[in-house]
Amino acid sequence: MPEISLNVNGEKMSVDADPSTPLLWILREKLGLTGPKFSCGIAVCGACMVHVDGKTVPSCNTPVSEVLGTEITTIEGLSENGDHPVQKAWIEEQVPQCGYCQSGQIMRAAELLANKPNPNRQEIFDHMKRVLCRCATYYRIVKAIEKAAKDGES
Amino acid sequence: MSKEKKEKGTISRRGFLKAAGGVTFAVAAYALLPKIPFGEDAQASGDLVEQTVTAWVRIDTEGKVTIYNPAAEMGQGSMTALPLILAEEMDANWDDVVIEQSPIEPAIYGSVMFSNSRRMITVGSRAVSGYFDSLRTAGAQVRKMLVNSAAKEMGVPAGELSTEPGTVLHKSSGRKMTFGEIAGIMKVPETPPAVSPSELKDPKDFRLIGRVDIPRHDIPSKCDGSAKFAIDVRLPNMVYAVIARSPVHGAKPKLTNESVVGGMKGVIKTVALGHGVGVIAETIEDALAAKAAVKIDWSGGDSKGYNSQEWMWARKYASVASDPSKAGRAEENKGNADQALASASKKYSADFYNDHVVHAQMEPLNAVVSVAADGKSAEVWAGSQAPDGARTAAAAVLGFPRENVKFNQMYLGGGFGRRSTADYVEEAAELAKHVKRPLKLIWTREDDITYGMMRPASLQRMEAGLDASGKVTAWKHTIVGTGGGLMTSGADTQFYTFENQRIERRDIEHGIRTKHWRAVGHGPNKFAIETFVDEIAHGEKKDPYKFRRELMANFPRAIKVLDTAAEMSGWGKASPEGRAKGMAFAERSGSLCAGVVEISLEDYKIRVHKIWCALDAGIVVQPDNVKAQSEGSMLMALSTILHESITYKDGAVEQSNFDDYHLIRIDDTPELIDIKLIPSTEHPSGVGEAALPFMGGAVSNAVFALTGTRLRHMPFTRERVKATLEKSA
Repeated sequence: MPEISLNVNGEKMSVDADPSTPLLWILREKLGLTGPKFSCGIAVCGACMVHVDGKTVPSCNTPVSEVLGTEITTIEGLSENGDHPVQKAWIEEQVPQCGYCQSGQIMRAAELLANKPNPNRQEIFDHMKRVLCRCATYYRIVKAIEKAAKDGES
Repeated sequence: MSKEKKEKGTISRRGFLKAAGGVTFAVAAYALLPKIPFGEDAQASGDLVEQTVTAWVRIDTEGKVTIYNPAAEMGQGSMTALPLILAEEMDANWDDVVIEQSPIEPAIYGSVMFSNSRRMITVGSRAVSGYFDSLRTAGAQVRKMLVNSAAKEMGVPAGELSTEPGTVLHKSSGRKMTFGEIAGIMKVPETPPAVSPSELKDPKDFRLIGRVDIPRHDIPSKCDGSAKFAIDVRLPNMVYAVIARSPVHGAKPKLTNESVVGGMKGVIKTVALGHGVGVIAETIEDALAAKAAVKIDWSGGDSKGYNSQEWMWARKYASVASDPSKAGRAEENKGNADQALASASKKYSADFYNDHVVHAQMEPLNAVVSVAADGKSAEVWAGSQAPDGARTAAAAVLGFPRENVKFNQMYLGGGFGRRSTADYVEEAAELAKHVKRPLKLIWTREDDITYGMMRPASLQRMEAGLDASGKVTAWKHTIVGTGGGLMTSGADTQFYTFENQRIERRDIEHGIRTKHWRAVGHGPNKFAIETFVDEIAHGEKKDPYKFRRELMANFPRAIKVLDTAAEMSGWGKASPEGRAKGMAFAERSGSLCAGVVEISLEDYKIRVHKIWCALDAGIVVQPDNVKAQSEGSMLMALSTILHESITYKDGAVEQSNFDDYHLIRIDDTPELIDIKLIPSTEHPSGVGEAALPFMGGAVSNAVFALTGTRLRHMPFTRERVKATLEKSA
């Protein structure tokens, strides 16, 4: 099997894998980065979201061959100590319940605020609609994003 | 043989109790136990019959207090709430508390919830209510032991001592000892002191219970990817397994291309199972590729021929409800409802339907099983609502005595009732027998949905009779569907009084798998009841709020909840143009909940703008978490009200993933969810489901208020709303 080199969370990593393997399995099962989650496998739920060159990508159906030479960031690499403004707001608003989708939610929210520091409700909905939460923590997700946005202003 | 002796050796309990550097308290979970066996002497004394011990607390000499959490943590917050109850009565400093998952030992950590047997099972919103008294008592016992030891050390009567968080004080001399200091010198008594209920704190003196600023223990790890679910477990040399499952429940498989699949990259083995074919491979991607390639001939099937929508739309359920020869099981039979109906001066009747829904917890079912090299013991990693049952089940499959299986309870990526069955753990154990390597079984989302266990689809036929004064004298509720007792929870009207009442269940066996789904039958039943109540109120030209108030006249606690919701929502005041309000009331797991929603229609799509909710759950241990649970319950309810529908065609589920089984997404979030918790000193009741059941009625009643048309079949998708409104126009 070919050796594949990846840049994940600022580190060069290499794995033996078929180039068609979904990035998610490489991250989770080969590299031990289990923050991104498997849930639907067809890129409709968003639990597997990671940043590829700053953009959220559903890693569950992205072949690893498509991300060669890119900068991949998982929830584990979003911040040094779990203190990205979105993570802080998530804790302050006590967003997660079961928590399984929350890496995907946080990665998606971080992307939103990076591009739109002050989103309105509709913009939050439009962007975050991509990630499912079965515990339906949406009300707090909205509040946490608004909080992170507000904290970012001051 | 005593339970203790049977359990002996199953955990290194003696080692656990004797852990170095501090003291462990083995305290009774139940106040009435006269003597608590402890340590070697008690073990040897032979008088352990029927005695049970709980080992809940460790204090080290630094003052760190470790409290063991016995409940599954699936997002409901029990992992924080339960230790907090114990810490409250022992007067621990919360900052010193470390929470750890307890071992899966029901004899120690089980709760008596259903019968006399102790079980570790987290269901029915019962964790806090089920453990509340015993954890308070245990905490008070620990406190008493600390105080007694400090008294001895200081040479003062224990009665002169008091506690502040983490400290025992002798006020008159100003001397004090921290819990850590006491732990360094104390000898834990063989028999913990008795604590009577009167020695427990007055709720007004609570320092931890009821605080809004104590965050949940598990949340930080769920914000940085470090929280570990079973699916995250990786072991050296681990293999991966998936199962191709029968599309029709009960169909038997015959793999017809075993040699092809067996020769695929990475495939180690295919395993014939009763309900499918397991594929074990070196990697998960290899296992999935092999699963996609299997060719199976299926034969038979219990659910063959079941077409769910025919039973609904072709009115097959309705014909069963109408057929006197199909009379079923009476769940309630008070007075004579039929006679009262016959003699009523005015009658109402209506049929309500709900489609099947499935749990669809975000973490697909999975388990890791590792059989020891000597083939005599095993370790299991799973997230289970019933871990002791799952442990026993795994042991049975592996052919080991129960004590040879160690069960590692992990975070649950959603439970909702699905994870109280051990099928996924049994499957992993079965497959692990075929390889001498650790094995991780993962269900795909397609497995989860097509091989799901459903909330029953049902018909609710509601009939009421009123006397000349407008009083409801007859109430008849007939439930038709598959799923037996799962269909009936919540059909009783605990807070509405009817002289003559009959609740009847008519079972139709469709051969599918059904299961408890968050709030069980309360979702469908309260939807029917609360919509019907609204319907009668409008028929009688009464305000639905006032009408409910009349029905619950005997229950001041319920009235208070209803009044609160009405007041919060400004009931009676007109909504903005294009919007309308609907109200409903529902009780669940001992908690009382009333809510009002304000909705509008956008091209036939229901949009919920605001929800006001009043909840009486007795003493609330963690108010912010109760609000979080309520918000989640309401929106999960809304998901089933607006979107979710599992349908069967010839016995097979027609949906397979989140692209065709639609869950609520963030854009259905209301602009306001306002929740008020009614202050109370009553025993805590359940909060994990309490705010779910009222939603169906509230939404359908609001749609009626807006349009004058009743919606009677959940979910109220855009297409159904359009069809219903156009038909009534």
